[in-house]
Amino acid sequence: MSEEKDIKKAPDSEQEYSLNDDRRVKVLSPGAMVAKRFFRNRLAVVGLVMLAFMFLFSFLGGLLMPYGEGEQFYTVEILQKDYVNATQNNDFRLSVADGQEVGAVLSTYINKAAIEAAETFSYKDVNYTNVAEGNDTYSVYQGDTLLAVCSKDIIYTADGLAEPSFNVKYGALVANAKGGGTFTADGKEYTVDEDGNLLQGDTEIAIISRFVVVSTASDIVITRDFREKLEEALVNEDGSLNKEGEFVYTGDDGVENIYDIIYDPAFEVWAIKQGTPTDVFDTYSYPTLQHPLGTDKNGMDIITRLMYGGRVSLIIGFIVVFIETFLGVIMGGIAGYFGGWVDNLIMRLVDIFYCIPSMPILIILGSVMDSLNMDPQVRMMLMMLILGFLGWAGIARLVRGQILSLREQEFMTATEACGIRASRRIFRHLIPNVIPQLIVTCTMGLGSTIIMEATLSFLGLGVKFPFASWGNIISDVNDSYVMTTYWFVWIPAGICLLVAVLGFNFVGDGLRDAFDPRMKR
Amino acid sequence: MRNYIIKRILLSILILFCTTFVIYAVMRCLPTSYAEQMALRLASAPNAKPYQELLAQLNKTYGLDRDIFTGYIGWLKDFAVGNFGDSWKFTVPVVDKFADSVGISFIMGVITLILELIISIPLGIIAATKQYSRTDYVISAGALVGISLPTFFFATILQLIFAVKLRWFDTHGMVGRNFAQLDSWGQFLDYAHHMVLPIVTITIVSIGGLMRYTRTNMLEVLNADYIRTARAKGLSEKKVIYSHAFRNTLIPLVTIVGGSLPGLFSGALITETLFAINGIGYVSYQAMVAGDIPFSMFYMTFIALLTLLGNLISDVLYAVVDPRVRVAG
Repeated sequence: MSEEKDIKKAPDSEQEYSLNDDRRVKVLSPGAMVAKRFFRNRLAVVGLVMLAFMFLFSFLGGLLMPYGEGEQFYTVEILQKDYVNATQNNDFRLSVADGQEVGAVLSTYINKAAIEAAETFSYKDVNYTNVAEGNDTYSVYQGDTLLAVCSKDIIYTADGLAEPSFNVKYGALVANAKGGGTFTADGKEYTVDEDGNLLQGDTEIAIISRFVVVSTASDIVITRDFREKLEEALVNEDGSLNKEGEFVYTGDDGVENIYDIIYDPAFEVWAIKQGTPTDVFDTYSYPTLQHPLGTDKNGMDIITRLMYGGRVSLIIGFIVVFIETFLGVIMGGIAGYFGGWVDNLIMRLVDIFYCIPSMPILIILGSVMDSLNMDPQVRMMLMMLILGFLGWAGIARLVRGQILSLREQEFMTATEACGIRASRRIFRHLIPNVIPQLIVTCTMGLGSTIIMEATLSFLGLGVKFPFASWGNIISDVNDSYVMTTYWFVWIPAGICLLVAVLGFNFVGDGLRDAFDPRMKR
Repeated sequence: MRNYIIKRILLSILILFCTTFVIYAVMRCLPTSYAEQMALRLASAPNAKPYQELLAQLNKTYGLDRDIFTGYIGWLKDFAVGNFGDSWKFTVPVVDKFADSVGISFIMGVITLILELIISIPLGIIAATKQYSRTDYVISAGALVGISLPTFFFATILQLIFAVKLRWFDTHGMVGRNFAQLDSWGQFLDYAHHMVLPIVTITIVSIGGLMRYTRTNMLEVLNADYIRTARAKGLSEKKVIYSHAFRNTLIPLVTIVGGSLPGLFSGALITETLFAINGIGYVSYQAMVAGDIPFSMFYMTFIALLTLLGNLISDVLYAVVDPRVRVAG
């Protein structure tokens, strides 16, 4: 009926031929008719293009991309690591003169006297004199003998020099306390300048400072020069303390390092942090030329992951649908052709499989596999087998229905009358007539299988890392920070999934219309 | 007719037995260490029974100490008297937890179904009457997009747009932060407000199927001879479509909608999970992921029962609505 319509309609569309032109009555083979009808359906063609794109993207893209599926990328990040800590010394430190001895208890007394700025004190019936030299520096005498010097200032010897003798230290501290000056010790003349540098002639031999600089790791050596520069950075011109900022220091090797200064008022400590370049995984980097869609939480290139994920998703889809179709055609074919109790048995089996809730079963099996720490590859195989095994019922029902109706048609009676043997009747005459329906169902089934797989992977129960799959790429959105901030991680994967499934559905729908001879076009 | 229904019911019961057996067998096939792990975990909880006792209890409850057939029959007996055991995950009887959560799923299901019917049937009819027009293309493509949308992706997109960017809704949960301070009307509105995104998600994802079904059936009817007759009689196109064609399209529609009624109780697993709606879907997802065998068994049996019931209803309805089948049956 509709074939007649097609022919009747033909002149409208091909008016350029004259009426008696043979080409007006084009006789198309059934296959060509289907193709013609298919390509007239715009949605189907769009679907075909989408599918072609997704296949090229997944299978060719993976080959063209310079990166591997599991290749991780690194980036250099400046990590602020503690370098040194500095404090301003607020305790008195005692230097004992050569040949004198100060016990622990006595030193406590000296310290106490220095804090109280007491001029004399006694310990064990001996009287001591505490002479203030100014600026928190005290000389301690026992009678007339110089016993020790007690000061908040600390002498740091220049690099490579031996520690000066007590006399030099004493002279330096006293001179420094008085704001600089010259003194003689051990027969040599020394000068202390305003900044607390101890000079012998023109050479700097030590620095007197109230800062204590402690390195935070054993491999950090604090040079005197560094200490000096740091002190300059910590104390402003007007003598106030610098609470934060940067400190640039060029070492002997000429390398310029930038340090962050952070002051902790609770402990009165400056933490000097050095930015150390460290290799870290380049996670969630925004799209750049190297990574057109950025990188994911493992520092892998997302577009490459999408390609490999597409491969996995499509292959899983095909294998699952193949298993389904294989089982379905055999079971449905047997049931339809033989009928009787075989049919009854198989159809009840189909009913049972229809009732088994596949999603819950897959979720449970997935979580069991999780708890058994199963190998991701084995998991993937098992998942395909289970999906295929749970899904054949629909196809069996379809095949059986088709065969039942075809069996009663005249052409089958004709094959029987011609004496064609049973196997040939089935495979040559029956099955080909089922194939159109089968192709449509399989195409639509591919789409739903891919969604199923993606849903499982999304829940973390399907394809597992290190394998990529569109579903498990999207599963990053379970972290709501990723969802709101890093759109490039999950939206492209979702679009890929949508395009692929939509492609299968468009094509399947177009094929259904094209195969159906009752359709008007 | 009655014989047909009775036959169908008996068959369904048989199938239910077989299905529950398959489910039971799957549960049984889980590695034995699984029950042990579970017992170990339960035993480490505060105030728990000792491990050996728990293991023995688990094995006994699920008949794991017996062979698969006697085990199944034992389980079936318990099931028949309504003894579904205690949920491992929620530590309350399975039935209590189920009764808690099924209501919200049902309400969501009903609203979704109504929306689905209101949207998809008219669109399907329009698409069919204007076959191959631009409208038809748009509607068909829209339906296929709906079918192709992965629920989890669509739900996340909705969350991003309407909850995160526009801040119209909350991303998760059933109630807002100030729920306790609201009066009963306010609480109802709060519930409704939190239901919007999940319901939109389920509706969009599910209208495609019904829309296409309506379109296909309407097309079939429009190609029928009696429609040509009606047109030949000179009836107005409106009358042809709405009183001749649509009525005949109703036959398959009624059967499919009738068949989907039991499904209203089954909950939307993915959507509920993503929006943290405490319906049966989310609850059973939590139970299944936690390896809660009693609840999972119950849930799967429940789903199987619903599927069977759906098939039964649609078959029976088909026989009731379509006089041709009645005669043949």
